[in-house]
Amino acid sequence: MSDWYRDLANSGVGAALTRRLGLPRPAVLRRYTPGDPLLPGPVVVVGTAGGRLADEVGAVLKEAGVTVLAADAAADAERLGAVVLDATGVSSPADLAVATTALAPAVKRLRSSGRVVVLADPATDAASPAQAATRQALDGLVRSLAKELRSGSTANLLLVPAGADASLAGPLRFFLSGRSAYVDGQVVTLSPAELPAAEAAERPLAGQVAVVTGAARGIGAAIARVLARDGAHVVAVDVPAAGQALAEVANEIGGTAFGLDITAGDAPARLVEHLRERHGGVDVVVHNAGITRDKLLVNMDAARWESVIAVNLQAQLDLTTALLAADGLLRPGARVVCVSSQSGIAGNRGQTNYAASKAGIIGMVRAWAPEFTARGATINAVAPGFIVTEMTAKMPMGTREIGSRINSLQQGGLPVDVAETIAWLAQPGSAGVNGQVVRVCGQSMLGA
Amino acid sequence: MTAPRTRKAAIIGGNRIPFARSNSAYAQASNQDMLTSTLDGLVARFGLQGQQVGEVVAGAVLKHSRDFNLTRESVLGSRLSAATPAYDVQQACGTGLEAVVLVANKIALGQVDSGIAGGVDTTSDAPLAVNDDLRRVLVQVNAAKTLQQRLKALSGIRPGQLVPDIPRNAEPRTGLAMGEHAAITAAVWEIGREEQDELTVRSHHNLAAAYDRGFFDDLLTPYLGLTRDQNLRPDSSMEKLARLSPVFGRGEGATMTAGNSTPLTDGASVVLLGSDEWAAAHDLPVLAHLVDAQTAAVDYVHGGEGLLMAPAYALPVLLARNGLTLQDFDLYEIHEAFASTVLSTLKAWEDPAFCKEKLGLDGPLGPIDRSKLNVAGSSLAAGHPFAATGGRIVASLAKLLHQQGPGRRGLISICAAGGQGVVAILES
Ligand SMILES: NC(=O)c1ccc[n+]([C@@H]2O[C@H](COP(=O)([O-])OP(=O)(O)OC[C@H]3O[C@@H](n4cnc5c(N)ncnc54)[C@H](O)[C@@H]3O)[C@@H](O)[C@H]2O)c1
Repeated sequence: MSDWYRDLANSGVGAALTRRLGLPRPAVLRRYTPGDPLLPGPVVVVGTAGGRLADEVGAVLKEAGVTVLAADAAADAERLGAVVLDATGVSSPADLAVATTALAPAVKRLRSSGRVVVLADPATDAASPAQAATRQALDGLVRSLAKELRSGSTANLLLVPAGADASLAGPLRFFLSGRSAYVDGQVVTLSPAELPAAEAAERPLAGQVAVVTGAARGIGAAIARVLARDGAHVVAVDVPAAGQALAEVANEIGGTAFGLDITAGDAPARLVEHLRERHGGVDVVVHNAGITRDKLLVNMDAARWESVIAVNLQAQLDLTTALLAADGLLRPGARVVCVSSQSGIAGNRGQTNYAASKAGIIGMVRAWAPEFTARGATINAVAPGFIVTEMTAKMPMGTREIGSRINSLQQGGLPVDVAETIAWLAQPGSAGVNGQVVRVCGQSMLGA
Repeated sequence: MTAPRTRKAAIIGGNRIPFARSNSAYAQASNQDMLTSTLDGLVARFGLQGQQVGEVVAGAVLKHSRDFNLTRESVLGSRLSAATPAYDVQQACGTGLEAVVLVANKIALGQVDSGIAGGVDTTSDAPLAVNDDLRRVLVQVNAAKTLQQRLKALSGIRPGQLVPDIPRNAEPRTGLAMGEHAAITAAVWEIGREEQDELTVRSHHNLAAAYDRGFFDDLLTPYLGLTRDQNLRPDSSMEKLARLSPVFGRGEGATMTAGNSTPLTDGASVVLLGSDEWAAAHDLPVLAHLVDAQTAAVDYVHGGEGLLMAPAYALPVLLARNGLTLQDFDLYEIHEAFASTVLSTLKAWEDPAFCKEKLGLDGPLGPIDRSKLNVAGSSLAAGHPFAATGGRIVASLAKLLHQQGPGRRGLISICAAGGQGVVAILES
């Protein structure tokens, strides 16, 4: 879908005009295509005394062939692809001075679609109030920096508890890469996990079977495409009535089409039977199907309320329960990713039913995480913000323009941005990301 | 020489598009469009992208001359491997089932391990032919070597030749519409209006219930905005049908209406078959096996038999060969060309005189349990795009038998123009 304003703002005349008028200047985001280098420029790694993740970071950058520059390299040196701040050593507020002494000079040298990734310990694990305060302070630092950055650059915070150092590589790669184009101002907490020895960079899901609900169009179709690109065989699920579009998606990606209304009473049994008979098991499940039936609560009829809860929440609960109960069906290391929404975090006028369902998903994911950990599996939620789809294209121009601009990247996201985030969570290397809610919203001002 | 070992072909699944009423939802779709899309739906369901199946066999009853290689062209336009061979068949309304039998036989003989059988028809995009006089002139023009000869040939055109030949649903040898033939048979067998309407209501109700319980979720792929058969009337009732005036037959005895006869329809269907080994190697289910099949033809021109009565003759041959009686089946699928056709056929099988004199049997084949007949609806409700009906029935019956469990047996009976009929046995 074209973003006329972004294109204008990036044209010769348009750029001058928008600058003169002080209008936002949304950038063309760096998005991933297979074969891309991890970063388009060198990296500066800054740290504080006592930081413990230098080796993990160095290994990721070395493996990806990224040049690492010294923090004090000449100011006219090549522009940076990313800055990584290892703040695992901070313990008192004075340690935060690293922000001006080391972080700021490097941030100045960031190129467009640059990345700032800050690594820290969770405040909840701190040994003293001062340490907790210092760690929590980083949260404010990162979220504010994300709002300052321009030209498609992002800043995110990865919390790495003691014992979870080995979980860092995959998430760090994601936040440095073009896959995280529209993920900005986010905090993700890692957990200790069994990590695979090595992962195929180009096809991390090779040989896996992935189910995607609501795959006939929109975000679901994008998820199916990206999972297939990453090597998975995709079982594309959608209501039987969407069968023609579903078949086209399945044929395009070499997957299979499975017509199923996920709210049908026998849907869990049919999905289990289908997966067992045709694939013997399943590695990745993406609960993406969702509907909206907007009305102010006072005008809401039971049917609107119930249909939204049934599709967006109850079906995810029922299908996941059935998959967990089906002996051996969820393969070891399985990944479940549930699509929530910004509305479920921030609320949205006229969407009590929808926001309730999407907030419910967050509760569900967090509650299920320990059971998934015990199986060596993970369950996470992705909460998209304003994503440009056929659905949003139908919104009135004004609402659409405002909706798409009120975020740090000053533009709507694309379905592929949600899909890339989900595909990352599905990777074997994301074993240490569990029970998390990752927003794909360009750091939306709503519910931030 | 030892006799070749044979194996029973497995029916793995099927796909069809919803059937549309003539000149409606699929008015702009050609046979090739519909068959290609139907193949693609099957490919998507079973993950056959880029794969080569042994053979694709399909056909259409109403065909444009450009469709001379219809099935192969559809394969080339589909997601199947371009290295998949294909050929066309045509046996009027028997086309789809005959195609299944042909593929199954090659699988049985080990000549192919898998195959797709099907059929398609459009009565909306039916070929308009120039009439024979005009065609002769145009051929002469084409053959002319000089401009003068060409002009001379063209001057032979007369206004009367400019009227196109519109295809009619009529028998070439009798000039009678198929419905008129059926009406004659209905009169011979004294088939009443009420029992025809009852069968029709049941067809609509059974088809609607099958849709409602999701039966077609893995048998059908929506097309051009249609998600169900356009002819389906879930609220069909005796009262509503009683209001329709007869369209075939004459006078008092006329019983056949637009309700209890199938309408002209557009659509396509395909069935995936394979050996058990092929199915297992591809992690695909086996719904049923094709046990055996038989065709027959009757002399409806001079022999005094009804145009659509050939299945009545094919059945005893099939039963005898397989050591079965008519009652040895768990399900029956008798194609509802007209309600009266189904009822005439059933009545004939119950009739001692007919079974003795016409079929050469010792006694009647007897009645069937009507609750086992067309349980998921049939052509009266779904519609009948001629060549697509066989595939619809085979895939549906295979799934119904599979749902009942192993060892269940089903009978298919399809009548066809030209006084022909095809019957077949499936077993889960
Ligand atoms: N587009 C956005 O800006 C946005 C923002 C936040 C969250 N989301 C969420 O992302 C997901 C996808 O949204 P989209 O914009 O692609 O929507 P969409 O309407 O384009 O696609 C949703 C798909 O789900 C399918 N579906 C609906 N009910 C179903 C059922 N009962 N069984 C099976 N399939 C069913 C639909 O047929 C459709 O193909 C939804 O969960 C939505 O709530 C979207």
